[in-house]
Amino acid sequence: MSKMDNSRRLFIGAGAAATAGLVIAPGVTLLDLAHARPADEAASSAKRWGMLIDSSKCATGCNDCVAACGKENGVASTGHPETDPQWIRKVELKEIKTGTSHSLPMMCQHCAEPPCVDVCPTGASFKRADGIVLVDRHICIGCRYCMMACPYKARSFVHEEHEDQNPDVPRGKGCVESCTLCVHRIDRDQQPACVESCKEGAMLFGDLNDPNSEISKRIATYATTQVRADLGLNTGVRYQGI
Amino acid sequence: MSNPAKRRSVLGWLGAALAAVLLAGALPAGAHDEHGDHKVIAKGDKCVEDAAYMRRNHMKLLKHQRDETMHKGIRTTQYSLKNCIECHANPKTGSVASSKEDFCMGCHTYAAVKLDCFECHSTKPKAAGGTLHPIVAPSVQPEGTDKQSSLSGKMRWQMQANLASLNGGEGVK
Repeated sequence: MSKMDNSRRLFIGAGAAATAGLVIAPGVTLLDLAHARPADEAASSAKRWGMLIDSSKCATGCNDCVAACGKENGVASTGHPETDPQWIRKVELKEIKTGTSHSLPMMCQHCAEPPCVDVCPTGASFKRADGIVLVDRHICIGCRYCMMACPYKARSFVHEEHEDQNPDVPRGKGCVESCTLCVHRIDRDQQPACVESCKEGAMLFGDLNDPNSEISKRIATYATTQVRADLGLNTGVRYQGI
Repeated sequence: MSNPAKRRSVLGWLGAALAAVLLAGALPAGAHDEHGDHKVIAKGDKCVEDAAYMRRNHMKLLKHQRDETMHKGIRTTQYSLKNCIECHANPKTGSVASSKEDFCMGCHTYAAVKLDCFECHSTKPKAAGGTLHPIVAPSVQPEGTDKQSSLSGKMRWQMQANLASLNGGEGVK
């Protein structure tokens, strides 16, 4: 009997090791071991969600993150490219003298000091306790001050009526919207759709407040950049290699 | 006793009692009530609260839940709009608000109350074969419990209505 118990224990131990061991290389895990937040618990400032984008891995011409975002959030072309909402876009950077080029995705940087929140006259633009900057469409009056204030041009106004939205991502005419960091997925302990779709592994999502998270370790080890760091906004999205 | 304010409140009570008695007559699983046959309740035998309570207060529950979810990330399902749609979507249209027979539009058209939830929110459940809320799922309920609970709900309403009318009677004298 005791022998049987022992073998079962060993088996369980091996299973746990296999689950925990989705390790690609030392220090690089495929999945951060999830600490599920119960559905009835509010998001807390103990976490600060952020993203690290390695532009040296980001492939020129690859649009996977943009496509995945569109599919997840229902952001599709309405046939009016000038006014189509844009949650994430690919940006090509080129050094004129040397001709070196970089490619990177640009979206809401989820600032710790978001200018969009400062200027919002109704309180619709807000920062959640865990650092995700969102628009409450119930309160948004569509004045577009936040679009003016954002240095990253991350926000869009919805000009067209929408149907058949993803039930997790309500969207409609007359409000401003932007990247939500896939907040509905984060609350289910999933990664944002863009991060999941990146075949190059150029995007890393995690908790900036946890010194043991993969993203914090990378930021502590490598030189990373905040776009327009001069503005002192303390962005949640960081870049490597630009 | 001849105070007009008091008399008004008494009349209010009588009105409430009358409404309560009328509402108590409507069974939650039935697709018709005193206002006629104008909506479809697709799944389950029992709502997350009494049907009568839901008729009066669904908007308060939804609004509270909406702020909790949006600002705090609390995603409990009991009072979430998504969960309402999960059960109440019309099997014919797959929606709660695409036709006048659909659940939300049934009453809202009758009562001439415009609702703008669905200018942004989807009127359809996420995917076919979605799960019911545990307290609504028939498999979780032992047989007969649903009828009992709706009966108890009815009795509670009737008792409240009787009490109200008693108080009202005293007030009038």
